[in-house]
Amino acid sequence: MDALDGNAIAGLLVDVFGDEMTAATGVCASCGASGPVAELEVYLQAPGTVVRCRSCSAVLMVLVTARGVTCVDLQGLAKLAR
Amino acid sequence: MERAALRGRLTWQLASVVELVDETPRVRSLVLDPPEWRGHLAGQHVDVRLTAEDGYQAQRSYSIASAPEDGYLVLTVERLADGEVSPYLVDELRPGDELELRGPVGGYFVWEASDGGPLLLIAGGSGVVPFRAMLRHRAAAGSSVPARLLYSSRSLDEVIYRDELESLGADVRLTLTREQPPGWTGYGRRIDEELLAEVAWPPEQCPLVFVCGPTTFVEVAANALVSLGHEPGRIKTERFGATGGR
Repeated sequence: MDALDGNAIAGLLVDVFGDEMTAATGVCASCGASGPVAELEVYLQAPGTVVRCRSCSAVLMVLVTARGVTCVDLQGLAKLAR
Repeated sequence: MERAALRGRLTWQLASVVELVDETPRVRSLVLDPPEWRGHLAGQHVDVRLTAEDGYQAQRSYSIASAPEDGYLVLTVERLADGEVSPYLVDELRPGDELELRGPVGGYFVWEASDGGPLLLIAGGSGVVPFRAMLRHRAAAGSSVPARLLYSSRSLDEVIYRDELESLGADVRLTLTREQPPGWTGYGRRIDEELLAEVAWPPEQCPLVFVCGPTTFVEVAANALVSLGHEPGRIKTERFGATGGR
């Protein structure tokens, strides 16, 4: 399955962060690559949404919504800055 | 304070369908009138949500095809054979129906006339949709920023906005990858480094580049531009896949 990119989850990220995040910069905790959230690899068809580093494929974010509550795991990110 | 009034909260609303425009046999534009629209930037999206009678919901993100200056909100949707949302939008929706949406969303893959250029747009298939918004915005704003669109399509019949693109004041170059009509003088091959070297402004002119299309198309075009010497930071990409939206 082809990965999409962070543009595809602009709405979901507003739900979670309360603001536009695709133009924010994410830094990978595994390899240190830095770039706009819009350019990250996004898989929508996993159970939930998985965001991976475009350089090293490490998992940066996992977002799972169940019964109206979204659980967010950002452990793969060293930094997320607007 | 009302929840809906909280900063950054996206609210779902029901937009009425004003008109449907067949662009190609598989692509239709939806002209919509959302009751509360706070404006958008060219390149932004909306989220569309369908709810079945049993409560099952499917949600997709679609690029906005209209310029901020246009009177209605327009989405252009390609029917995907195994899609959950697009067959309904392309085949079933009728004028007067209501469609649930929220937005605009996205702030990265956007272009405003004040961003300057030269503006180089590279589209694969329905990846041309956000570029219609950008080129209409450029025309409406009276911008003199040079703009060039390289648009890859399988055949002339599948070119979306075929007549309109010529009228927007941009330099439009088509490449037809599978089938060319008799006497075709445009390009007839897939986008690669050689084609981009021919069409793109040289890296020294620092064009602002937007690439939108299927994932593999975007990877090929973006990598070729970088290898030609274009600065990665001036190449913005947007990918869509078989899940329907982007």
